[in-house]
Amino acid sequence: MTGAFSVAGWVAIVFIFLIFLFTFRETAPVLNLPAMKAFFLARPPVWQPTSDIPKLSMIPIILGTLKATVVGLLFACPVGVAAALFSSEFAPPKLREVIKPVIELLAGIPSVVMGFFALIILATWLQDAFGFVYRLNAINAGLALGFALVPIVYTISEDGLAAVPRSYREASYALGASRLQTAMKVVLPAAAPAVFASFVLAFGRAIGETMILLMAGGNAAITSLTLLDPLRTLSATIAAEMGEVVVGGEHYGALFFMGTLLFVITFISNSFGQWVIRNMQSRMQGGAA
Amino acid sequence: MKQITRGVFTIVIVALVACGGGERREGAVTPAPAAPGKPLTIKGSDTMVILVQRLAEEYMKGHAGDLVQVTGGGSGTGIAAFINGTTDLAMASRPMKDDEKQKAAAARGAEVVERPVALDSLAVFVHEANPVAQLTLAQIRDIFQGKATNWKQVGGGDAPIVLYGRESSSGTYDYFREHVLNKEDFSPRVQTLQGTAAIINAISKDKNGIGYGGIAYAKDVKPIAIAAAGAAPVAPSEATVADGTYPLSRKLFFYHAANAPERVTKFVQWSLTPEAQALVSKVGYFPLPK
Repeated sequence: MTGAFSVAGWVAIVFIFLIFLFTFRETAPVLNLPAMKAFFLARPPVWQPTSDIPKLSMIPIILGTLKATVVGLLFACPVGVAAALFSSEFAPPKLREVIKPVIELLAGIPSVVMGFFALIILATWLQDAFGFVYRLNAINAGLALGFALVPIVYTISEDGLAAVPRSYREASYALGASRLQTAMKVVLPAAAPAVFASFVLAFGRAIGETMILLMAGGNAAITSLTLLDPLRTLSATIAAEMGEVVVGGEHYGALFFMGTLLFVITFISNSFGQWVIRNMQSRMQGGAA
Repeated sequence: MKQITRGVFTIVIVALVACGGGERREGAVTPAPAAPGKPLTIKGSDTMVILVQRLAEEYMKGHAGDLVQVTGGGSGTGIAAFINGTTDLAMASRPMKDDEKQKAAAARGAEVVERPVALDSLAVFVHEANPVAQLTLAQIRDIFQGKATNWKQVGGGDAPIVLYGRESSSGTYDYFREHVLNKEDFSPRVQTLQGTAAIINAISKDKNGIGYGGIAYAKDVKPIAIAAAGAAPVAPSEATVADGTYPLSRKLFFYHAANAPERVTKFVQWSLTPEAQALVSKVGYFPLPK
């Protein structure tokens, strides 16, 4: 029986490894100087892979990915942490029992539903409210992405806040601090590593998120810094173009390079986030003992 | 408990993502068609999906027991699937290229048969409230290449032009690039949406929007009259498409292998009958001229 479990465990590990190997193998043909020059240094930076003269600059797409990620995090981080602080420090226990599952339920909403919502409803609201020229822009896409990130920030931050030993709070109250002072100046700093880790993990999710941005971002590869332009992300480009690409061509290699880039970034950010959390857990347990 | 809940969510998400992924690229995993009695699979142009689905429904009514499955994905996707042997019949809104025909012939062991099934006029759409009612081909080219960025440059009000288009796997994209842009590149500001229906939807909500697509999809948007070089503007209609005065009309094709099983040829032949061609105009396309 234990044998079966360990086989299952190893299968997962082998899969991850094989996926990495496969992605890397398809990327290998473009890991050379001329291809990298075409991806990163081409002037003007344009992504037009099916043009008569293919243009494969990834600059506008990387920029688009970062714009959506930044807007998403700017929305999700404060909201997620504030919600976590509220539910762990201020909410009456009964309310907390409602808030937590409801926010975690948000994580279960398929991203295609979120994308559809942003495409049809959110974009119209935002345009009516702010008079944006483009309905589908970085703000619309980033906000929709932010909704998907809130549960990640919330759940991990909340776990971190709850793990802060009671003795910290009691010591703070004993010194005459109010609840707000205790929450902001004692509990939050003590849980800072978890909060930070939640940001890192949310970043990893944001970089790789596909469907929301494919639907709500407008998919125009524009090299600009304004948040009012449409954007196109790495993941959305892979999803939209992999279907018809000529296998083995430069365009194919470029898409796989994007995949590898995403893989490496999310791998690093997720590992780092997990490491911070584990580090903090062991320290908290040590502190409480 | 917390861990379990999170685990369950993760499983749900993974499952949903897996389903979502499978849905979009299902053509790639469909087993190769073989023995008769199997459903006829048709894949390709998103422009043709609504037409061929109607044809298939009508066909199945008259031929009990025959099953026809129609999926979109784009002309390029359909042709690729045809070459790979994962679909019986490819539908394409652009003619197959010579190298594609050779590849298909080599893979299928028989020549490729091309059957035009209907005419489509590629319309350029704007918001219903847009005062612009006609444009020359050159103006449309300037707009989609980003040389004209304000409606007042082409006779409209003072407002920025917002561009909508299709992704590069689309036959409509190819056709437009070839016949309107003279094979030059689109402006990077074109927002690429998945399917003509999405473009129509976006333009119906965007008073500064402009986009292109099959005329049959036009709903709550205004198709504009187009003037070829040195000619008067012509609005898309059955008459102007049939007599060739409307500058942007094209044939819609079926492609199958010459050695295709009977279920394929039977459907293709039926689609050229007057009964089926009447359906073509009902859906909003134009029947082949007699």
